[in-house]
Amino acid sequence: MLNFIARRVLATVPVLAIVAVLVFLLLRLTPGDPAAILAGDAASADQIARIRIELGLDQPILVQFGIWLGHMLTGNLGESFYYKVQVTELIAQRLEPTLSLAALTIVFAVLVSVPLGAIAAWRFGGWFDRALMGFSVLGFSIPVFVLAYILIWIVSLKLGWLPVQGYKRFADGAGPWLQHLILPSITLSVIFIALIARVTRASVLEALGEDYIRTARAKGLPELRVLVRHAVANAAVPIVTVIGIGIALLIGGVVVTESVYAIPGLGRLTVDAVLSRDFPTIQGVILFFSVVYVLVNLLVDLSYVFLDPRIRY
Amino acid sequence: MNLQTLSVESANVALQANAWARVRRNWSVRIGGAALALLVIIAVAAPWLGTVDPTLFDAASRDLVPGQAGEITTLDGEIIKHKFLFGSDSFGRDIYSRVMYGTRVSLAVGLLAAMLSLAFGIVSGLSAGYLRWIDGVLMRIMDGLMAIPAILIAIALVAMWRGSLTTVIIAIAIPEIPRVTRLVRSLVLSIREEPYVEAAVALGTPTWKIMFGHILPNTVAPLVVQGTYICAAAILVEAILSFLGVGLPPDIPTWGNIMAEGRPQFNQYPHNIFIPGVFLAITVLAVNILGDGLRDTLDPKMAKRV
Amino acid sequence: MSVLEVRGLTIALPPGGDRREAAANVSFTVDRGEIVCLVGESGSGKSVIAQAIMGLLPATLPVTAGEILLEGEDVARAGAPRLRQLRASRMSMIFQEPMTALNPVMTCGDQIDEVLREHTQLTAAERRGKILDIVREVALPEPERIVASYPHQLSGGQRQRIMIAMALVLEPALLIADEPTTALDVTTQAQILKLIQDLQKRHGTGVLFITHDFGVVADVAHRVAVLRLGKLVELGGKDEVLKRPRHDYTRMLIGAVPTLQPHGRSAEGATEPVLRTVDLCKTYHDRGWFGRRREVNAVQDVSIEIRRGQTLGIVGESGSGKSTVARCIIRLIDPTSGEVRLHGVDIARMSAAELRPLRRRVQIVFQDPYRSLNPRRTVLEAVIEGPLNYGVPRHQAIERARELMELVRMDPGSMSRYPHQFSGGQRQRICIARALAQEPELLIADEAVSALDVSVQAQVLELLEDIRTRLNLAMLFITHDLRVAAQICDHVAVMSQGRIVEYGPAAEVFATPRHEYTRALFEAAPGRDFAFGAA
Repeated sequence: MLNFIARRVLATVPVLAIVAVLVFLLLRLTPGDPAAILAGDAASADQIARIRIELGLDQPILVQFGIWLGHMLTGNLGESFYYKVQVTELIAQRLEPTLSLAALTIVFAVLVSVPLGAIAAWRFGGWFDRALMGFSVLGFSIPVFVLAYILIWIVSLKLGWLPVQGYKRFADGAGPWLQHLILPSITLSVIFIALIARVTRASVLEALGEDYIRTARAKGLPELRVLVRHAVANAAVPIVTVIGIGIALLIGGVVVTESVYAIPGLGRLTVDAVLSRDFPTIQGVILFFSVVYVLVNLLVDLSYVFLDPRIRY
Repeated sequence: MNLQTLSVESANVALQANAWARVRRNWSVRIGGAALALLVIIAVAAPWLGTVDPTLFDAASRDLVPGQAGEITTLDGEIIKHKFLFGSDSFGRDIYSRVMYGTRVSLAVGLLAAMLSLAFGIVSGLSAGYLRWIDGVLMRIMDGLMAIPAILIAIALVAMWRGSLTTVIIAIAIPEIPRVTRLVRSLVLSIREEPYVEAAVALGTPTWKIMFGHILPNTVAPLVVQGTYICAAAILVEAILSFLGVGLPPDIPTWGNIMAEGRPQFNQYPHNIFIPGVFLAITVLAVNILGDGLRDTLDPKMAKRV
Repeated sequence: MSVLEVRGLTIALPPGGDRREAAANVSFTVDRGEIVCLVGESGSGKSVIAQAIMGLLPATLPVTAGEILLEGEDVARAGAPRLRQLRASRMSMIFQEPMTALNPVMTCGDQIDEVLREHTQLTAAERRGKILDIVREVALPEPERIVASYPHQLSGGQRQRIMIAMALVLEPALLIADEPTTALDVTTQAQILKLIQDLQKRHGTGVLFITHDFGVVADVAHRVAVLRLGKLVELGGKDEVLKRPRHDYTRMLIGAVPTLQPHGRSAEGATEPVLRTVDLCKTYHDRGWFGRRREVNAVQDVSIEIRRGQTLGIVGESGSGKSTVARCIIRLIDPTSGEVRLHGVDIARMSAAELRPLRRRVQIVFQDPYRSLNPRRTVLEAVIEGPLNYGVPRHQAIERARELMELVRMDPGSMSRYPHQFSGGQRQRICIARALAQEPELLIADEAVSALDVSVQAQVLELLEDIRTRLNLAMLFITHDLRVAAQICDHVAVMSQGRIVEYGPAAEVFATPRHEYTRALFEAAPGRDFAFGAA
């Protein structure tokens, strides 16, 4: 088991290193002069030169990377062009709304999708199964922002049940906090539910076809126990895996959802940074999201230890 | 026993009919395919569907509701009467024309991004699956690329490159390459263990012939299915980029741009967002349904998996 | 009263199958303390009947007529709650695949415990005592440890013992054993068969034993029922059915069972050796972490010789390294050390380019007929692939393919069809034709008849024998089945744990096995002392 954990932890190191290289290259391998692009069309030669020196773009690329990596490892993501504060500080300020939204979405989506997927697999081919599969195709197909506007239009504008936009800090009261997050979380969770429910259904279906299910039934166990203790328990690894992979989808969704609902989180920051060509912020946010994604998936991998004894020993 | 009795045994083997016949009979394929065909017709025939040049605007026809008549100024400065079937935006542009022409962008981005990522993914996946020395390095790079959320890569690349159709397509295709690579690699690794491939080795079949004659044909079905899913994702990402204002320039008629333009006035004119939104959703739905149908018929093994 | 009485059982197949009924008007009984063997080839409906008794059939296979009386109660008409009560308490079932029949994420103890929790009101301590008792009774070592283990930590035989413990913990009246030893090695099989017999005698359980193996039938059965395509063709006492079969089909089946007596053809003869291996070794390295390395010696110091016109058999249980030897000889894998001399030329370390001209001289037929042919290529393309690789003109290759199809007794007109349109036995013939198209000097058959039904197996064996004599081929025959080896081999090498433990003329090895392992292997062969009648 320790061997497994050590191996997984060590395996994330090269991935993180490659992520660092890719993020570094992402904004440097551009046609033309990155400094000029970043400065924008209206910039003077002076401004361009300043940006070039500020970013160290006048140095050879390997030297640039070395300096940059040194900064990253010491937690220095640079200073935002636009906000004129450290990017780390900026991220810290914007973290709470995004974290709240993501956590609420994941909890809601998992609670809904795993039982739905399991029931669909259990009643494979029946009306419930077909309805869920239909919903999941629809969930994959409807654009997040269109869904967001539909919900705003119905729930907030027509019915007036929930606030249209904005965010209230948790510290200012859980009620308003939740009120502002309900619509965004539902919006964001639809695609997540579609994904997890589909994978749950598929892996539970596969487990239900295994010989040990026949054994369990031959033992005279009730169907619910066969489904939960034997089928779902064996489908846990793929389900947890897809939740981890789905975090990437979630991050993409956060960017859009926060924009539509005017939530001052990291997603909104990303879009604002791109629109204002705030180079250090773009880089910092992408790096942050990617590291979070890698670490979440590391946790997912480590959770296998509890889910599958074949990995434990 | 003779051949007569042996053939009884063969009847037990599930008879797979010709794969394409099965595909044609599948309702998902039919529905998705028909909807897509209609969209392709719209894209091609956009100029003849009662549209005007989608970039034309007229200050006198701003913010019209659907169905209202108004006027629009052509490039020659001529003012013509026009019925705004889907209304107009805050510049006085005809949303109907913009939606119709927007079909072109969405379909082109979907198709080309899928083809581009498949092409690169096949080459890198085959290399990783067949050439030991390249496998480790290549797959680590792919792992790294997969760790960066796709939309962020696309946003960052388009922001650096300036939005044009080519850059948007490339920016959307790049983050899809690792998934295709992984798929092709895993297919190659499992197929090359099949006894029929080993038999071919024993028959003295050269490696390149095994790769293209035995392995690649058996990857076509899963790749076609994967291609449709990439196509659907690409159409969505393009719309998101435009909607956030970081995609194609706002004067180009794309569904995302129309919606982005309609955002400030959503309270009064929700149709500016809903109409292109419905087109977008139907297009993606059609591609996804087609993909599911193809998966069920071409790749039953995968159909069981997801 | 019989423990089980099946009367006129008819089970429908979904429309579009090759026949209307999976089982048609089947009647038999199982008495207390009796083992009834239900024998049949694949597709005979024997497993369907077993599942019908347990009430485990899917809705697509409904019981349309007949009764299934378990201690007088008709379970074919019992509702789901009643069936659940009866399962494990009055009737139990064990399955073919002990590797997959246990839940991998639950400990073995918990899986037995589930039965007790569901069907009894015992306290946790009482249940634990009962679990340890039954685990002891199925002769598992260290019950405490076994109970806390997960299935993957146990061997195949141990898992099957856990299955048996689980099935018998509540002392049911009826035990259904569905091919319980088919997936096991022959020595393990003998132990499990003995265990089932012991327990059945001690508890007076009625056993319905489903198998395709007449050797097993000869060892365990009191009475035998023979099934063919869903119909019961013969039912009677063991000696009656096996020694004096009345029905043609039974006679054919029993006639197809290879005997353990070597064929007695003279193995001597000074033909030239086609292929020799000298101290062949294959070692796999497990790259561990933190500098730890594990070595697995799959094949160690194997020296064999195969002569023209003769068949060398390599016999061994799974994991003995017999297939690895074949793969080294044909260079699908590279040997770690040692020589593979083809007509005196060492090919063990040749580069791919050097090897290419020699490749066609050695050809192979694999075990799994369903995966040995590319599903996307026609039979013709498969058979001519080899000759085309070596520059034979297409029309000539096609002409040759026609002749070969006739040689393997297939219709040359069917060559434009795809593999899925053929049965397992037919595909195996196609694979043989494909190998022969290269005009090899050595043909390797790697468990080539193991996946086939006994009647089809007999035909393919006969075909291989015919081809060997007609083309004067050298043949390397790899098998786990002693009966098959006895029938076809001139020389036999017995492998265990990567080494050859005994090697000599087949007649000698079978008559007077010298090595302990060989003796144990022969001891374990099911039905070895039984004289089948119709042969």
